[in-house]
Amino acid sequence: MAKKITAPLTAETVKDLRAGDSVLISGTIYTGRDLAHKRLTDALKAGEKLPFDLAGAVIYYVGPSPAKPGQVIGSAGPTTSYRMDAYSPMLMEKGLRGMIGKGNRTQPVLDAMKQRGAVYFAAVGGAAALIARTIKAAKVIAYDDLGPEAVRELKVEDFPAIVINDTYGGDLYVAGVAKYKKD
Amino acid sequence: MREIQLDTIRDAVAKLCIDANCLLGDDVVRALKNGLATEESPAGKDILNQLLENEQIARKEMMPICQDTGWAVVWVEMGSGVRVQGGELYDAIQQGVAKGYKDGFLRKSIVEDPLRRKNTGTNTPAIIYTDIVPGDGLKITVQPKGGGSENMSEVKMLSASDGADGIAKFVLDRVWRSQANPCPPIIAGIGIGGTFEKCAMLAKHSLLREIGSVHPDPFYAEMEQSLLERINRLGIGPQGLGGRVTALAVFIEAFPCHIATMPCAVNINCHAARHQSVTL
Repeated sequence: MAKKITAPLTAETVKDLRAGDSVLISGTIYTGRDLAHKRLTDALKAGEKLPFDLAGAVIYYVGPSPAKPGQVIGSAGPTTSYRMDAYSPMLMEKGLRGMIGKGNRTQPVLDAMKQRGAVYFAAVGGAAALIARTIKAAKVIAYDDLGPEAVRELKVEDFPAIVINDTYGGDLYVAGVAKYKKD
Repeated sequence: MREIQLDTIRDAVAKLCIDANCLLGDDVVRALKNGLATEESPAGKDILNQLLENEQIARKEMMPICQDTGWAVVWVEMGSGVRVQGGELYDAIQQGVAKGYKDGFLRKSIVEDPLRRKNTGTNTPAIIYTDIVPGDGLKITVQPKGGGSENMSEVKMLSASDGADGIAKFVLDRVWRSQANPCPPIIAGIGIGGTFEKCAMLAKHSLLREIGSVHPDPFYAEMEQSLLERINRLGIGPQGLGGRVTALAVFIEAFPCHIATMPCAVNINCHAARHQSVTL
């Protein structure tokens, strides 16, 4: 049974999540992938204001395909997360509480999640048309020149994801694969 | 000499780009359904069902299966008796890719320089590989290739003494280190032999094969089967959450080799194994 949670995330919501939990996320999340992460962290280093409030924020690693006329957004599945690992600890330090992507994170990110109280969710890679149905509104709020990599504010309803890494060190990828590995 | 209009080629390529990105091949759909029968993990089964549902939505609404609509890798088999009327073949293909990605609302994922990274805005240039073949036909295949699985690919210069065991070790290690990143269940395309770059092309080309097809050489057919079984014992499973169905297929293409070398390339494809062909 999936847990229904609301984004931005509170500290209590994060504490209640465990690796392996299925969740349905509703509320406001932000898109950001490679180049947007570089710009966000460059802005932080320069002491500039970010285009959105990081407190409790959830960033979804996605570069959607363009919306057809009448669509809110095109296909919108997750991209691979490790490319954001160089930037994520700094964003968590400034309040980021959730990340949605796919694939394993590196140790500095896992350590920062425990230290800062953040969670990492996986969405189903390649289920991009299905996921798009849970996105009810989308608008570019920064870095429009980056095209698919621009930062978008998304309003989501029951966006499906799975908790991979919780704030207690739980790791669904490691536990899941260990259970089925035969050699 | 048979003449084919540039516009005809351009429009055919545009349609191939759109169809390949929105219509998953029957062989892949069949393999995902077969996976449902063998997958033991409840989470893995759930993922496979979501991928099948996603395929149906994409087909019905003609929207991309995956938001990463890929590099347009274009394979051309051009009859020596064909001439393009009204322009050059490569211009026709590049124009077709730009048109397909625009008209089909496909994502533009190509940056004009690897370090300065400004998006070209058209998803061009396409990567084009051409063979000149006998006859007066023109066969074009578009293979949109996603970046996430491409990142998990590798070439290694093995030695003859490494043998089939060395190849198996390299392939299994590559898949193991990839874990959830390339969106399993994957297809592993393996090139063996040729030069450094030829072997990578063999691996990429092997991904065009129909899932379920058997290698014509029994030696490699057995190696493909063995590698597939061993990959599926790694436990990675759909989306890396743990399970039995880590790969849907292993395809090998071998080529003559220099006496000093045995290159091997592994090109990983995600479950969205997309390609469409047309013969003009």
